[in-house]
Amino acid sequence: MDFTLSDEQLMFAETARTLFADTCTPDHWRKMMEQGQVREDARWSAIVENGLTLVLLPEELGGLGLAEPDFALIAQEAGYVALPEPLVESAGVAAPLLAQLAPDHHALADPEATIAISHPLNPFVANADTAGAILLERDGKAFVATPNQVKLTAEPSIDPFRRLFRVDWNERDVTALGDADWDLAIDRAALFSAAMGLGLAQRSVDLAVAYAKERQQFGKPIGSYQAVKHHLASAQVAIEFAKPVVAAAAAEIAAGDVQSRARVSHAKLVALEAADKAARASIQVHGAMGYSWEVDVHLFLKRALALTQTWGTPAYHRARIARRIFTQPMGPDQTFGRASAHRETVHA
Amino acid sequence: MDLTYTPEQQAFRAEVRAWLDEHVPAEPLEHFDATREGFEAHREWEKTLKSGDWGMVTWPREYGGRGLDLIQWLIFEEEYYRSGAPGRVNQNGIFLLGPTLIEFGTHEQKQRFLPKMASGEEIWAQAWSEPMAGSDLAGVRAAAVREGDEYVLNGHKIWSSRAAFADWAFGLFREPGSERHKGLSLIFFPLDAPGVTVNPIKKINGHVGFAEIFLENVRVPAFNRLGEEGQGWHICMATAGFERGLMLRSPARYQVAAKKLAELWLANSETADPTLEADVVRAHMNADAYALNIYQTASRLMAGAKIGPEASTNKIFWSELDIHLTQTALAILGPKAELTNEAPDSDEVDWIDDYIFALAGPIYAGSNEIQRNIIAERMLGLPR
Repeated sequence: MDFTLSDEQLMFAETARTLFADTCTPDHWRKMMEQGQVREDARWSAIVENGLTLVLLPEELGGLGLAEPDFALIAQEAGYVALPEPLVESAGVAAPLLAQLAPDHHALADPEATIAISHPLNPFVANADTAGAILLERDGKAFVATPNQVKLTAEPSIDPFRRLFRVDWNERDVTALGDADWDLAIDRAALFSAAMGLGLAQRSVDLAVAYAKERQQFGKPIGSYQAVKHHLASAQVAIEFAKPVVAAAAAEIAAGDVQSRARVSHAKLVALEAADKAARASIQVHGAMGYSWEVDVHLFLKRALALTQTWGTPAYHRARIARRIFTQPMGPDQTFGRASAHRETVHA
Repeated sequence: MDLTYTPEQQAFRAEVRAWLDEHVPAEPLEHFDATREGFEAHREWEKTLKSGDWGMVTWPREYGGRGLDLIQWLIFEEEYYRSGAPGRVNQNGIFLLGPTLIEFGTHEQKQRFLPKMASGEEIWAQAWSEPMAGSDLAGVRAAAVREGDEYVLNGHKIWSSRAAFADWAFGLFREPGSERHKGLSLIFFPLDAPGVTVNPIKKINGHVGFAEIFLENVRVPAFNRLGEEGQGWHICMATAGFERGLMLRSPARYQVAAKKLAELWLANSETADPTLEADVVRAHMNADAYALNIYQTASRLMAGAKIGPEASTNKIFWSELDIHLTQTALAILGPKAELTNEAPDSDEVDWIDDYIFALAGPIYAGSNEIQRNIIAERMLGLPR
């Protein structure tokens, strides 16, 4: 029993943190928004060069062959900067699934390509227009297409960096890939959404703390008043009690059973609740400034709002936890109660 | 990261379970804060635990402990709560003063106090708060005047948990003329010493769980001071960090409660408000998150980290989850919630009693408002 991260994991997360801190500042997003850019090529190249897209790909395909706990740390850092590019969904969910189904697919060989993914839980596909490949689902079967093989209808999101599309397609225009582990795709997507939520939440708190130290009212920094302190302390409590759930969910995801699924769902619920709570506290602490486009907090609020409802709504994830509670043993000896961890069969 | 138990840890769990199965009283004991009889019955239970070497499991062996690491401690606590064993009447000694004595005490002090604490022969109360020093603990006025090899103690302590029936107390006393955090010393005194008057205070549940203590020229040997003279604040804060961060409230306590809540829900789901299922799920999530957080903290401490201001997040989290959990139970019980005779059988939960107890959580061990200040100032770096 050991809940600590290895030095290698911490170093890899540090690499991602430094890369994002340098290349993904609010100035970068604002320039992208002004110019209507959907991807910043210099940043994406740096992401690719540092291997962040290869974490979950098997070594025989040139990947790093690492596991979910490693990628969750990167997703958290991506959340901290509200990364515009679809690194998390592409490299964390879609690419490893495609690698399982069609290891020779050209999109996997192209380091610059992103891969989009559809799922019955999500009515829309994010960033489908710029993807090198789109993974599609119908009746449990997987298909793959390029954007020009399907009909994309844009659906605007309040998050300026989430470009959503309805995808209409005909089976004869796309390539069939057979059965796929969609449950694993949901689990990974929910887990990495949760990890992004942790990053979003912490950034919202950090922005508010910086502002509350500077902003003076009644002759003192507003951060010295308890009403302000307590908003931010409560948000930090929510973050601290989401972190270990995300870490445990990442470590246990491979089990793929009712308990590990409940933990993934728990992680998604609480991490995105923390992100929402922190963003709203941050807006409140910023006062009228917080409601202005000029202050950056709203991007974190909007990303949290989007991730809360995608890859399973709160009700969907609550139902998965209810299933664990009402069908599996409960109690203090059941925190890590399973004797062995192995994935249930596909479509379990 | 490896979230599985080693074969040794699994064997340890089986050992704890077997011992508890054999020794836990079949009938629940009367609460230790309710009557002297209840208190003494719990003292007997402490002796039984000690006889099996299960009393002070995290203490070093040389002081009557079992020398367990923190993961083993968590396993022990899980089995302890799972078995429905009696509450620990010497909580103040085992988890608060004991670890502090082990860290700051002299060899002679450890020899004198730890074995009797471990055997239940001496049960401890905490005497920190005063009428004018609650959240602002550095405002304590009770005085310790050094006379040769003795201290003469005078003052008025209040809200001292267990003091109604306990044998000893550890208190915070001031060198006359000193101010705030300076000049404080942590000093032990017997509650039956000449000059000590203990007035039990009834809590809202009717129990005499705490008391006020008047000290009038109480003489104790200087030997009873823990740490250096004037170091009392530092030592108290080390104690409080441990209390808030790890050992005051075992996750297992809430995991057992969440399990009972799920059972209560299943037994009443036909008639109860269907929206309450979300609260039952939430109670499980909270208990689980608390357990995971404590496992993470235990792993960090075992890897050499020290407990810091994040301990304050724990105290807020468990106290709030406890209220939510018990309140959900009352909502499921509906009109029966107010009844005080709803738990006639030993295996049923007295939810109304648990709820009333939970209401104290955000107040004791440093109010949640103070904890939020600590988080804001020491974790987030906001100005005082």
